[in-house]
Amino acid sequence: MTTSTVTPPAAGTRQGATHHRGSRIEHNRQRWGWFFLTPFAVIFLVFLVAPLGYAFWMSLHTKTLAAGESFTGIANYQRAFSDPLFLEGLLRVGKFVAVMVPIQIGVALAAALVLDTLATRLSKFSRLMIFAPYAIPGMIGALMWGFLYSPRFGPASDLFELVGATAPNFLGTGTVFGSLVNIVTWQWSGYYMIIIFAALRGIDPAIYEAARIDGATGWQTAVRIKVPMIASALVMVVIFSLIGTLQFFTEPAVLRTVAPGAIPADYTPNMYAFSLAFAYSQFNYASTIAFALGIVVFVFSYVFLYLTRKKSGLK
Amino acid sequence: MLGNTPVRRRRGATAVVGLGLVATLSACGGGDGTAEAGAGSGGSGASSGSCTNSIKVDDAPQVSVWAWYPAFEQVVDHFNDTHDDVQICWTNAGQGADEYTAFSTAIEAGSGAPDVIMLEAEVLSTFTIRDALVDLSEYGVGDLEDQFTEGAWSDVTNGDAIYAVPVDGGPMGMLYREDIFTEYGVEVPTTWEEFAAAGQQLKDAGYEGYITNFPTNGNAFIHALMAQKGWAPFTYDAAAPTEIGIDVDTPEAQEVLSYWEGLVDQGLVSTDEAFTADYNTSLVDGTYAVYLAAAWGPGYLQGLSDADEGATWRAAPIPQWEGEEPTQINWGGSTFAVTAQADDPELSARVAQEIFGTDESWEIGIGEAALFPLWRPVLESDGFASREYEFFDGQQIQKDVFLDAASGYPGFTFAPFQTYVYDQQTQQLFAMVEGQVDAAGALSAFEKSLVDYATGQGFTVTE
Repeated sequence: MTTSTVTPPAAGTRQGATHHRGSRIEHNRQRWGWFFLTPFAVIFLVFLVAPLGYAFWMSLHTKTLAAGESFTGIANYQRAFSDPLFLEGLLRVGKFVAVMVPIQIGVALAAALVLDTLATRLSKFSRLMIFAPYAIPGMIGALMWGFLYSPRFGPASDLFELVGATAPNFLGTGTVFGSLVNIVTWQWSGYYMIIIFAALRGIDPAIYEAARIDGATGWQTAVRIKVPMIASALVMVVIFSLIGTLQFFTEPAVLRTVAPGAIPADYTPNMYAFSLAFAYSQFNYASTIAFALGIVVFVFSYVFLYLTRKKSGLK
Repeated sequence: MLGNTPVRRRRGATAVVGLGLVATLSACGGGDGTAEAGAGSGGSGASSGSCTNSIKVDDAPQVSVWAWYPAFEQVVDHFNDTHDDVQICWTNAGQGADEYTAFSTAIEAGSGAPDVIMLEAEVLSTFTIRDALVDLSEYGVGDLEDQFTEGAWSDVTNGDAIYAVPVDGGPMGMLYREDIFTEYGVEVPTTWEEFAAAGQQLKDAGYEGYITNFPTNGNAFIHALMAQKGWAPFTYDAAAPTEIGIDVDTPEAQEVLSYWEGLVDQGLVSTDEAFTADYNTSLVDGTYAVYLAAAWGPGYLQGLSDADEGATWRAAPIPQWEGEEPTQINWGGSTFAVTAQADDPELSARVAQEIFGTDESWEIGIGEAALFPLWRPVLESDGFASREYEFFDGQQIQKDVFLDAASGYPGFTFAPFQTYVYDQQTQQLFAMVEGQVDAAGALSAFEKSLVDYATGQGFTVTE
């Protein structure tokens, strides 16, 4: 990151110096820039900007089963932000953020710090194993956990029987929250761990040596030196995790097939948008919910980045 | 802007490269389910050349069909072999909800729907209200009326309009484990009172399972149980599509739900979610002594693994409410409808009628797919009534149970937003079996949610 922030001014200076003499060459260069940008730009416009624009246009219209379609402006947005189902869903993903993000980052950071200090063959193997769940597609992971949680096929009832207890129902109203947190932590911690680990590897070992000479213990080195030095990576990982959790969809949607009572169709805002569009045929209102969620995600991310601007290097 | 020729030539090359990339990427498809979920992704298309079956007569016009019947390819092959002037191009677009999602998206997109589509009777009004189905009365389908039972016909019609051709039905009966009832010395119940008592007796005698299961996501099954008491929650007429009568919270429905709430509280029935792996295994491994089933239930049972080897299954009529006229109920069953996107509605209507319009096709339908025919020439044939089922050790289950159930079924009116109704029902029943509300509370919350929804959708709601 530091290198990339240093380079542009240098390039800019050179550009400025050669501007008059080489304007023709510059012009040609810019042409080539656009030329190389075209494939991306086309895909970006056709598959991202255009659908988003269309969805936004749809969100400004209202179509009901009985009354047909009409332009209603922001009425849908007023409805969305007073829709108890949407707000409950938001509150629920809010709780997931509060619980899941710290757990995931905590596990990832702890694992990365431990692996960073070890240099044995075991550490390479452990790193791979912690990362492995991320290599499993989300759908498959959730399906697999659905079986593990199953009272009949899962190992829980056998394990609890060994100590003479009855296994809890992992898919009940009260427990499904924890079960979902477990799946996501299992799946994503390894990915965050790799990012943090890579950041740790980028630190100059001379700093550790200096710390050691100054008498810092391993714990002090980790907390006082390593963590502050990888703060920008941590901020990035938290942002990933925050956005992912606010858009929570795959895991609850898959578990819903085995626990439709405990996970209603509007469990998270994204699931609500999905069922509105594809189960209840309310494409317009579904677009509104999707955009409303987008606004919330943007606000959350912005606030977080603002609060951590000193740490992230994104001033 | 770009003056010199070499650049222009290269620019042409870019366009080609760009298009190539676009083509590759769009082929990958599948979004990541993020904020743009509402943007709609177009129908999956039903163009010719994507048929699952082989076309026998190449120059005949083709009619595309979506259906998920078991062994349907044989039925399609039979149709195509026996028709020179029209050929079926069949696609399996998913079962039930999956197919409806694809169809619904195709309706919204304005293209991509097939000509003829398999729909359960319960979703017909969901699609008629979106003008997605063709009224078949213009194409002579009305002449078929006396080829079907009254209940089956009323499920596909609305006033003079006919929205589909009935195919198979789901008259309900009670499939039970004779070996379990014999082992614990319990009589097979014929009324719901006896059913509750039998559940208690089985439990007292040391049976570790449950007499049956009460799935909170039972959807049409739960509807049927309440309908048996005379519950008619919806009044809806496609001729006046903006009006709907909603009368969900009735004394009859309360009585039925309280009955099941009681069985759940006493631990006599389980409350596993239906159609999960757990439920499927419990059906056949002796966890449930009774499977309250539709006529397609035996076929479903036979497809499940991990079955008890010593199981002896028998079929009996569905229990009745004491002191009331015996009432027959229905769970599921399907029809063929012609979509508004059909290129040739007349030809499509003919296909919809003729797919299951011969003895040969029904031989496949009954023998291979275990369907229950609604077409009277087969339904009322001796061969069907006296058919012996190996799974039931030779019992003639149609004559014993399902034929009476089918002829006594009066029909049922579903809501034009049935998916929403089912989702709400599941949520309220789940709250009930978890002990958060009682039967009365569940029903009143259920009704309120539907009235609110219908009002929000622009309906005039009456009782």
